[in-house]
Amino acid sequence: MIPKWLHLVAICSLAQAAAVLPACGGPAQETAATAPVALAAPPADGLRPPEAFAGISDPSERSRALFSEMSRVMLHPRCVNCHPSGDSPHQRDAMTLHDPPVTRGPADQGVVGMECTSCHQDKNLALARVPGAPKWHLAPKIMAWEGRSAAALCEQVKDPARNGGKNLRQIVEHAAHDPLVAWGWAPGAGRTPVPGSQAKFGALAAAWVEAGAACPKEEARR
Amino acid sequence: MTELIVRVNGTEQKLDVDPEMPLLWALRDVIGLTGTKYGCGQALCGACVVHLNGEVVRSCVTPVSRAAGGSVVTIEGLSPDGNHPLQRAWVELGVPQCGFCQAGQIMTAAALLAKKPRPTDAEIDESLAGNLCRCGTYPRIRAAVRKAAGNASGA
Repeated sequence: MIPKWLHLVAICSLAQAAAVLPACGGPAQETAATAPVALAAPPADGLRPPEAFAGISDPSERSRALFSEMSRVMLHPRCVNCHPSGDSPHQRDAMTLHDPPVTRGPADQGVVGMECTSCHQDKNLALARVPGAPKWHLAPKIMAWEGRSAAALCEQVKDPARNGGKNLRQIVEHAAHDPLVAWGWAPGAGRTPVPGSQAKFGALAAAWVEAGAACPKEEARR
Repeated sequence: MTELIVRVNGTEQKLDVDPEMPLLWALRDVIGLTGTKYGCGQALCGACVVHLNGEVVRSCVTPVSRAAGGSVVTIEGLSPDGNHPLQRAWVELGVPQCGFCQAGQIMTAAALLAKKPRPTDAEIDESLAGNLCRCGTYPRIRAAVRKAAGNASGA
């Protein structure tokens, strides 16, 4: 005997083929209307500017695409290494555990004797090769980005309980001007910077919010 | 050159040095306090640990300008007569072998005990995880920290 669910799949498949049953996923005409807009390949710096998304007329679609672009920065090892899901930061492009072995401690600034600022200064040290920026510290565990998809990251970034109590305007400001965020584009010799520039990243964040701060679906970036 | 004023072991020092000079160089070569050691020069070994305003810093990578107006304590200033509980425990348990890393070990342990007078073994290990000892004296180091904390049996 054929189960009922299989009947429904079969009916929907037929209906989609005939473009007559929106409940099964929408008629063929609508699918054609929302077909992905082809985006130009990312520029040499690896990050498209907001204008690259102007051809996406639907604001929600455009917003989703803008956040996906932002995630090229946010899910880069330079960012994720200090947004770990565990109690120790990571390092290098391979995201290996931090050496010397350090733990986040009660305030995400290390433990006594091994505070982040025991070694890290407010700037990169060229000779000693120790990276640094103002207020060097780990992101709290609730702000862990390690292993996140762009979709999950987006929902997390919008949630004040998991973003440090920020509203969307403050998120944009943080993206565009925070000195520790800025380190990602100037990580010091021998480290791969995040794509683009902080100005472009901030503009993407502003455009994402302006278009409705929608989150991408669980799918690959274009 | 810029004149920087730093209090080192309770004494005000006027340092006419490049502000980017590592604090370790100022301590050893300018002031003459050679108890703090140069190990790796990259903040990886802990031999150069001193206290800056009560916090542990690795002086080989700390620009002396960061210490301007602040207070630095080195192994020479930990106690006026070498009688800090950690120093006594170090002697009683014969902790050092070659001794090169020991100033950094003691200074890190002293910062730990100042904030956590009765640390657990896990807390000792976490705090001293970045202080390397090529002689492998780690079991004696941990025992000495316990002893100084009045917790010889461990936790």
